[in-house]
This record gives sequence, C-alpha cells and structure tokens, in this order.
Amino acid sequence: MMAKLILRRLVLSLFILLAVSVLVFFATLLLPGDPARAILGQQATPERVAALQEQLNLDEPAIVRYFLWLGGLFTGDFGMSTAFGGPVSELLSDRIVASLVLMVLAAVISIPLGLGFGIFSALHRGKRRDKAVTWVSLTLAALPEFVIGIVLVTLFATTIFPILPAVTMSPPGQQVWMFPSQLILPTITLALVVAPYIARMMRATMIDVLDSGYVEMARLKGVPERQVIMRHAVPHAVGPVAQVIAIQLAWLAGGVVVVEFLFRYPGIGQALIDAVTFRDVQVVQAVSMIVAVVYVVVNLLADIVGIMSNPKLRSAS
Amino acid sequence: MSTAMTTAADTVEGRSTVLRMDDLRVSAVGGNEILLGISLDLYRGQILGLVGESGSGKTTAGLACMGHYRTGLQHTAGGIELFPREGDPFYLDSLSAEQTRDLRGSRVAYIPQDPALSLNPAIRVGEQIREVLDVHAFGKSSAERSARVKEVLEDVGLPGTDEYQRRWPHQLSGGQQQRIGIAMAFAMFPDVLILDEPTTGLDVSTQAHVLDTIRDMTRRHDVASLYITHDLAVVAELADRVAVMLRGELVEEGPAEKVLHRPEHDYTKRLLAAVPDLAGRKDLPGGAERAAEVTEPQVSEPQVTQPGDSAAASATASAEPYLLQVSDLAMKFGDNVVLSSIDMTLEPGESTMILGESGSGKTTLSRCITGLVDGYTGSVRYRGEELAKSTRKRTVDHRQEIQYVFQSPFSSLNPRRTIGESLTVPLEMSKRLPRSEHKKAVEEALDAVRLGRSFYDRRPGDLSGGERQRAAIARALVNAPRVLVCDEITSALDVSVQASIVSLLNTLREERGLAILFVTHNITLARHVSGHINVLNKGVIVDRGTVEDVLENPSHEYTKSLLSDIPQL
Repeated sequence: MMAKLILRRLVLSLFILLAVSVLVFFATLLLPGDPARAILGQQATPERVAALQEQLNLDEPAIVRYFLWLGGLFTGDFGMSTAFGGPVSELLSDRIVASLVLMVLAAVISIPLGLGFGIFSALHRGKRRDKAVTWVSLTLAALPEFVIGIVLVTLFATTIFPILPAVTMSPPGQQVWMFPSQLILPTITLALVVAPYIARMMRATMIDVLDSGYVEMARLKGVPERQVIMRHAVPHAVGPVAQVIAIQLAWLAGGVVVVEFLFRYPGIGQALIDAVTFRDVQVVQAVSMIVAVVYVVVNLLADIVGIMSNPKLRSAS
Repeated sequence: MSTAMTTAADTVEGRSTVLRMDDLRVSAVGGNEILLGISLDLYRGQILGLVGESGSGKTTAGLACMGHYRTGLQHTAGGIELFPREGDPFYLDSLSAEQTRDLRGSRVAYIPQDPALSLNPAIRVGEQIREVLDVHAFGKSSAERSARVKEVLEDVGLPGTDEYQRRWPHQLSGGQQQRIGIAMAFAMFPDVLILDEPTTGLDVSTQAHVLDTIRDMTRRHDVASLYITHDLAVVAELADRVAVMLRGELVEEGPAEKVLHRPEHDYTKRLLAAVPDLAGRKDLPGGAERAAEVTEPQVSEPQVTQPGDSAAASATASAEPYLLQVSDLAMKFGDNVVLSSIDMTLEPGESTMILGESGSGKTTLSRCITGLVDGYTGSVRYRGEELAKSTRKRTVDHRQEIQYVFQSPFSSLNPRRTIGESLTVPLEMSKRLPRSEHKKAVEEALDAVRLGRSFYDRRPGDLSGGERQRAAIARALVNAPRVLVCDEITSALDVSVQASIVSLLNTLREERGLAILFVTHNITLARHVSGHINVLNKGVIVDRGTVEDVLENPSHEYTKSLLSDIPQL
C-alpha cells in the first residue's frame, strides 16, 4: 500500500519533469539571438555560421531538437555552452555542488530553528514570548531576501562589526567550503528567509495538536510535560509542516539566485544570471531543469514523510 | 441492576471513603462560577453516577478530582481530599506540580469520552498502556511491566498478545479502543477512577460490553469510580449511588434506587420524565427544555395518534401510489457493499424509524433517498414517479418535497448568517413565493417549530443545541415538504431537549400530515416517534413491521440481541 503510494508519486514526478522540460525548451526557443552567431561573434562568415548551425543541429526542426536535447539530459549531456565554449556539464558541476552546499547548510539551520521557535511559540500561546516570536517572524517573512542580505552585510561586513567577508572570493579550482567564513552570511540570509514560514506553520499545527484529546489524555495519564510535547504532540504537528518545509526548500533552489548574486557566490544562481546576460541558451535550459528537479525531489520527499508519519497509510493493507 | 444494589447494600456498613470533595468551587477566569460548591464522597468498590445535562459542570468536577482545570478555569475554594490504600490522606491542592503529575494515571485515573480522539493515533496501543507504567515506574523491571500490560489487556477482555499490542488505534473498533482506555486506567491499580461519558459514542451492544467491563473491574480491584454521564438509563444499570447536577450545583444525591425511582428534586423528576422508554409507558414532555416559552400542546396519547397502524393508511395505499417508495435499492462504495435490496414505503402522516448501529448504512440510505448520495441502483419513487438519482438532477419540486435535517445542529447552520437568512435560502432557491412574502413564510416556519419570530435576527452562536435543531427543522419546513428525513437529529442533544424535539415532530406530523423518516441508533425512542420500524443491519433490513410487532416479537436474532442490550431505568 505504502510502496504503491510512493511509486505513484514517483511516476507522477517523472511526468511533471517531462512537462517542465517541454516548457523550458520551447520558452528558451523564444529568446532572441542565434547561438551559432553568438559563439562565432559578429564577424563570422555566413558559411561558418551555417556549418556550426549544422554541427549544433540548429537546422533541424524544433521538435527534433527537443528530443535530441531530452536524450542528452538522460545521458548527462547538457550541450555546449555558447558563451564559454565548453560542455555545459563541465561548467556547472562545481557550481551545482557549491549551491547544494549552501542550500543544505541553510536547511540544516532553518528547519530546527523554525520548528523550535514554532513549538516555543505554541507552548506560550498568547503570552509575551509568543507575541515576540510572532512579530520577529512576521517582520522577517515580510522582508525580501536581498534586504536581509544587505542588512547583514552592513552589520557584519562593513564598518559596524567588520568580522565577516561580504563576498565570496574562492580562487579558481578550489571549493567553496574551504573558506567557511565566506559561507556564513549567505547561509544566514537564506535561513532567515525560510525559518519564519516554518515557525508560523509549526505554531499553528502545534496549537491544534496541543488542544487535542490525546494530548490532554497524556497529561491525565501523568506523562511528564516534556514527554507529552516530544512524544505525543510534536510528531503529529510535524506532518503538515513537512509540506511547508518542502515548499521552502524548493524555494531555496530558486531563491539562491538572488542571494548568490548578492554575495558573488559561485553557484548555479550566478551561472543562470551570467547565462541570461550572454544569451547562453544551453546553460539557461540546464539550470532551469536542475531547479525543477530540486523542486520535484523535495516535494516527493515531503510526501514520503507525510505518508510515513501517518500510521493509517503506513499500515493499511 | 439487582446485583448492583445488593453489592451496594453489603458495603454500606464498612464502606470507606477514598475521595472527598468538600464545597468545591471553580470559576472561569475573571467570570462566572462553574461549580458553586460541590460536596461528594466516593467509596471504595462503588460507582457514583454523576448526572447532568451539557453545561452543568460535571466534567469540570470530574477533572478537578485529578487536579486538572481546563484552560480558562480556576479553582477558587474548597478542596479534594484523597485517602489512598497506602499512606496518609492528603489534599490535592497541597501537592506540587510534580506530585500532581505523579498522582494522575497512578492513584487517580481517567477514562475519556471519545477513545478515538484520546488515543494517540501514531503510537501502538500496547505502547500507550506501557507508557503509564513507565512514567510511574511500575514494578522493578522492564519484564514486569511487559507482563502487566499483557495482564491488564486480558483483564478487559482483549488479547494480550504481542501482535495485538503492536496494533495502531485505527485498527481497533470503537469498543476495543475504549477497552484500551480502560486497561490504561487500571494498569497502575488506581484508587479512584473518573469516567467521563465513556460509552456515549458507542452502539448499544458495544456499550453493554464496555459497561460490563467497567462494573467488573471496579468491583474486582476495589476502585472508587465516578461515572459522569447524561444517560440516566446507563446510570441505572451501573451506579450504586447517583448525584444530579444542575448549573454547577448538586441538587440531589443518594442511593441509585432512591434517586431514580423516588426522586425528590423537581429537576431530577423532569430529567427522568424525559428519558425515552422502550415500553412507551410515558409521554415525553416537551416543556423540559430551558426555553420556558416552549410549552407546546403535548401529544397525550401517542399510540392512538400513530397513523402508521391505522387501517386508513393501508386503504389509501391500494388506491394510489405510495408517497415515497424505495425499491431494491443497493449502494456500494468501491468493493464495499453498504446497502443491498432495500424496499420500503412511506405514507403521508406516517412516521417510520430506520434503526441501525454505526456502520449499518442508515445514513447512506437516507442520503440516497434525498439524493445527496447518487450512484445507487434501484429506485426511489415519489407518488409513483421515479426520482433522478442525484439531487442536482431532480426537479425543484421533487427537491422541495423531500427535505433533510442533519445530525449536528452545531455544524448544519452557517454561523455567519442569521437564522432568518439561513431560512430564506431554500425559498430563494425554490422561487415558490414572491420575494416580498419570504419573511412571512420564514416567520411562520419559526412559529411552527415553536421558536418564535424573535429568532429571525439571531445567529446560531446565540442559540442552545435544541434551539438550533429547531431552526434546522424550520429550514426544512419553509418549502412545505411532504417528507422529512431526520438523520439522528436528537443524538447530539440532551434528553430533555430530545424529548421536546420528538414531541415537536409528532405535532408537525399530525398538523401537516408530514411523512417522517426517523433515522436513529436509539431504539428506546421507537414508540415515542414512529408507527413503523425498519431494523437495518450491515446494509440489509433484517426486521420490519409496526413498532409493537418488532419490539414484542422480534423475528431476527440481531433485533433480539439489540433489545437485550438496552440499559433500562
């Protein structure tokens, strides 16, 4: 039963990715400019342009090119970057890793932080502590990520507390995590954007659960308060929050674009911005697909968490 | 009943108090008093039935015995003294938070109303029982606790096997879930047991088993039990002594025999008079409801006025088609057959009861008839004309003629609309009357259900449960239907309110020749409500006929077992 549910979700995810690939491919077709001309520059002769077009399959009809591109995706071949000349996969591999590092760090910090503050807030419902958490989280949720980033840079990287680097400057060939101090500000920025939503949602579901019959029953059984919260209440509250966390994590995949730009962080966000600037169609397509995959995978994980945390689904036969 | 009384008599001399509640006062924070000085004694090995209607404060009193006050309530005066088996007596409010916690579940245990809500759905049932033993450090070893879990499960009549312990709450039936609750309460050999309406949501046969378990466990383990309920018949079955509460005060207390058969206080008398009686010996008074203006003419001789029995009905039946005729109706959800080969008829002015326990398909049947559920096979005919399966496809006339009243008046009225607005909606839909006459029609409907026109501008939130149900009935009446389908419309209400609703339905049936389909699990209402009865079991009508026939000579095993399980006053 559970395996069937998960399998169904998996198949559905594949269809979604296929649909996204169609959208991405045909949307990028609408971008102005000719990749062959972009590679060769303004002075290229028409013969050379035609030769390159043939080499890049640009003379084929769009539908054929779509399937050639899709086939390439399955074998890890994202095509050639028109701006840099090399294969897209080579260009992006380091950047994907760098972005993933940033996302995972942000998730690892923001999820416990959000859950913790949500639980704290729910336990002190209506009191001053709850109101303080509510105010802070609503304010943070209302601020766009670049504002938070700029404020953090102003506070910690300029004249006030000049203790952290404002931008990432890793020498080529070296990985971002070899300079941990450069990771701090981008990570905190992303975490502060994501955590408030998780905290708000956790507070709401936790309040529902705390009012439930089984929590009252656990207290009347004489279960210590700590165990009431951790064993009887939190597992039920986390289920619905998993969906919100998934949406937030998926947002991180797109949200890194702005934050990476702000901190000059060498991730896929930077790559996307550069690619758009240089009309580097292949890179735009690849990055869009990567972001879509992250969205789908994260949502799939959330569904699985939802299924696992519900004994009715887990044990139905 | 008789065994309960002899046990009570035997222990009267040597009875020992386990819990003494002395002038307990509880009030809402900065507001009304909820309990105005309650004094009670609980004796070892005895059950005290604490009876009262919703809002009387009985649950508050019960939870106070555990040192628990719900959010918004505070203990203002008086105290509760506990005399445990071992150790010295002490006052509950002298305990620290940690000591109170230690008391709960070990010395004073609680069995809640709805086991489906109070068992944690994500923890295996064996684990939930074991948790009590773990937090109160029962025994010396883990093995001893495991053995106790098994033992207490077998005590309440459930298998103690590992396989059973590993089940999730949703894999058990309502009765089994409640027995898990009982096992949990008895696990630590408590001195006091607080039972808060533990059988309210259960079917009569399940209720009978659970009551047996409770009685047996109380006697065997010599526990002092406080049984909180609004159901006097259950109290008669179970309790040694009875205390009656009204608006936070104790109005009468004494041995069960005396309180139930020779009550002294007026309120107790009124409460007893409102309890439906299977034998149909008495009339249900309509006036016991809080609203004093509700003094409708009472149906003095219900038997005489049951047109279901009369020859007239059968005479008209041969001449013209039935008002409502269901033939060979069947319904399944997926592979699950909910109803099969249902045949029944209804005549004007006739009331038919559909009796069934939860899961019998009674609600599905009433929804098929009204078209709220489509996809059934077979047919529903109105005056010989076959109705479309779904309400949406039925003509406006057909929809008007068959109206539905839902179980819970708390969720069937839109809280944001005034009663008048809610009652105008069906008129707007039917376009039966010009807009200018809507208000008049609504006011007439409100009069017909004895609410009065002053309710036009009020909202559901200001109304009591009985008033809301009257408003819901009025909404069904505005378009002057011929058939009223009432789905468990009294089961969310107190007995006295139930009595007044039943009497209202009888009046409407006589005055308007309304045909009523009364769907319920409560067989004791039969004689008060209906001339005919259809007993539904697992989607099949197993017994049918006039109420007299079915109650006196039940032909089917199921009906017989139902009748034997009913608690009687």
